[in-house]
Amino acid sequence: MANETTDSKPSEIETVKSRLVELLPGVGLEWSEFRGQTRVVFASGELLRCLNAFKAAGFDQLTDLTAVDLLEYGNVDDRFEVVYCLLNVDSGLRLIAKMHLNEPDLTIPSATSVWFGADWLEREVYDMYGIVFAGHPNFKRLLLPDDFQSFPLRKDYPVKGRGERHNFPIVTRAES
Amino acid sequence: MATQINKQLGDNIFLTTLDAAASWGRANSLWPMPFATACCGIELMSTAASKHDLSRFGSEVMRFSPRQCDLMIVAGRVVMKMLPVLQRIWLQMPEPKWCISMGACACTGGVFDTYAVVQGIDRFMPVDVYVPGCPPRPEQLIRSILDLQDKIKSGGTVNAREFKLRILPEGPSRFDEDELIRIRERNGFKLDDQKYDPVH
Amino acid sequence: MPLELLDSPDLDENKREGLWTLNFGPQHPATHTTLRLVLQLDGEMVIDAEPDIGFLHSGFEKLGEVLDFNQYVTIVDRMNYVSPMANEIAWHHAVEKLLGIELTPRCKYIRTIFAELMRLHDHLLCLGTCVLDLGGATAFMYAFNERETIYEICERASGQRFHTSYTRVGGLLYDVTDDWVKMVKDFVRNFPRVYRDFSGLVMKNRIFVERTRDVGVLSREEAIAGGATGPTARASGVARDLRRDEPYLAYDDFDFDVCASQGGDCYARFQVRMMEMLESVKIIEQAIDKLPQGPIFAGEAGKAGMPDKKEVYRSIEGLIHHFESVMPNRQMAGPKDSIYAATESPNGELGYYIVGDGSFRAYRARTRPPSVLHFALFSKLIRGCMLSDVAAVLGSINIIAAELDR
Repeated sequence: MANETTDSKPSEIETVKSRLVELLPGVGLEWSEFRGQTRVVFASGELLRCLNAFKAAGFDQLTDLTAVDLLEYGNVDDRFEVVYCLLNVDSGLRLIAKMHLNEPDLTIPSATSVWFGADWLEREVYDMYGIVFAGHPNFKRLLLPDDFQSFPLRKDYPVKGRGERHNFPIVTRAES
Repeated sequence: MATQINKQLGDNIFLTTLDAAASWGRANSLWPMPFATACCGIELMSTAASKHDLSRFGSEVMRFSPRQCDLMIVAGRVVMKMLPVLQRIWLQMPEPKWCISMGACACTGGVFDTYAVVQGIDRFMPVDVYVPGCPPRPEQLIRSILDLQDKIKSGGTVNAREFKLRILPEGPSRFDEDELIRIRERNGFKLDDQKYDPVH
Repeated sequence: MPLELLDSPDLDENKREGLWTLNFGPQHPATHTTLRLVLQLDGEMVIDAEPDIGFLHSGFEKLGEVLDFNQYVTIVDRMNYVSPMANEIAWHHAVEKLLGIELTPRCKYIRTIFAELMRLHDHLLCLGTCVLDLGGATAFMYAFNERETIYEICERASGQRFHTSYTRVGGLLYDVTDDWVKMVKDFVRNFPRVYRDFSGLVMKNRIFVERTRDVGVLSREEAIAGGATGPTARASGVARDLRRDEPYLAYDDFDFDVCASQGGDCYARFQVRMMEMLESVKIIEQAIDKLPQGPIFAGEAGKAGMPDKKEVYRSIEGLIHHFESVMPNRQMAGPKDSIYAATESPNGELGYYIVGDGSFRAYRARTRPPSVLHFALFSKLIRGCMLSDVAAVLGSINIIAAELDR
């Protein structure tokens, strides 16, 4: 375990790859590599099955769950990308699993049944992008007020907002 | 009789107004309510801690209950979700009370010109002293408290009459989006309703 | 009422009526910053806690999409404001991994020294304020004394004591001076004495021990599945430290131990932090002795980073180079790809997921803050504890609201 980086574990990642192909027959897995980091893109229809397979292949920690709005990215067909950063705590192996998603149906199954750490991460993704996670135990906005209308990290939302930050009553000296 | 008292007391009598006496007392025993939200809160802690030692200036009694305080130090950025809380705590403080807006974020929004951050708390509540800096050094905060003490001593009244005069909101006026649209239309900009976004 | 009884579905309504709700925060001294807890209490025992966050959500990630890689470092600073430079190092570590830049040895060493100073910074504040919340003001004063020394070291290197904005893509803002080296050496020499005082005040204080032992226990399984990292995970027996397991900067060159404990309670978390402080000083001591000479900026022909300020003011090449690296339309291009890179920040794994679109700016700059996953575990930790333990548990997982909400 000591003195090893994710960048120098070709054999281990090969084992995981073959194990995943075994566990997920008939699911299209697209592998790629960048600066020693292994990524896999899987079909959105098989999400829960894929996540369970990842866990069975040894990835016992969900390090991060996030999304990307690809509206202005160029040369892509899909609007949203959901990213699961996975980690095998014992071997230190990392895997970045991605799936694509399109409007209007932005509902995908929740990963809380697989890793309960996904709880708040999924709520945050909903808060920022409006992607709905079905089967989440306590699904609501995490960071923004409940009455907030937009999803601020979408690319069509301006940085300075739509005036929400100016919308408060004023307390003056005389009334306080 | 009078000369006898005079002889006994000597120079130990001085005369002042009730207003000045009250202001002197208030100025030298400010009890701060640290409304510390972000980075400035850590500098506020530094100010109160061993090296800078705010108690040298008579305002080290940090009380976390607004009912016991007369000085609110808003340290850090205030965001949409927090502003109603801030206003409520401000209203819970008993008169007379003062407010120091500590740091660039509380004063103007600072580097956070984003959808969530209130661009200066003075748009929505009264502020007495502004402290610039991101975050301000503890020395700056101490200076601001000394300035506030001067302000209280110079203009304070025993029944806080000076506050009653200030009935208008004290911060900059709100950004008028409709006015901007009118100006642009007057100058010949054709606006596409779909794409137009007044704030961005 | 015992917890098991409350869990049973056939608990009649009369018994549930005894419960009461307490709103804790968003402005409360023990929350340190701004977060809110809705506690369900049975007498003084916490039955359930629902955290409510977002009181400091300021749109960091949105700003990351409009500022370039060098500019965003000023924003990143303000994320975990207890250890500002740890964020800078993490952000530029991820950016450099995306751009494929290898740092010079001197830069690596200076960054390593700062990363460890920030660990001391963070742990001192975490322990000091938690003891303050639990009723002892002395340790807080001792902790801040030492923090002021670290502030001075930061100020000497960067010109700012708090938000230093010291790192740049492929290098640092300024090189350090001999004066600074002497300051760090003095700090390292003094620290063991301070540590002895501090640990005597905290870890051997009977009230502190009684109030933290067996409070807020996190099991190893929960720590792994819940995504806990850093001291919180290590105190629960997950002996994982990115400094050793995925060495970055110059950590490979130093000899240090990973501190872990099996306890899982608040006391174990504080113990791990205390032990880590000693290891950090060990690393700083080795690094400052071996501090290599040479340039601080990396890259072929210096393209990757900004030039030395001396060069900018004294030579035309330096000025041109500075212009090229600062003007938005002339900066170096990044790859059109994504990367996840993490460092071991004082609080845990601080990662950045950056999507590059071919420019010198992130298309998406996602932060993976340790606080979010730790605070999500809070309701599990506090269940069955007393109301007064809320301060101890909150302090032990060291929630920093700006990092939590971004």
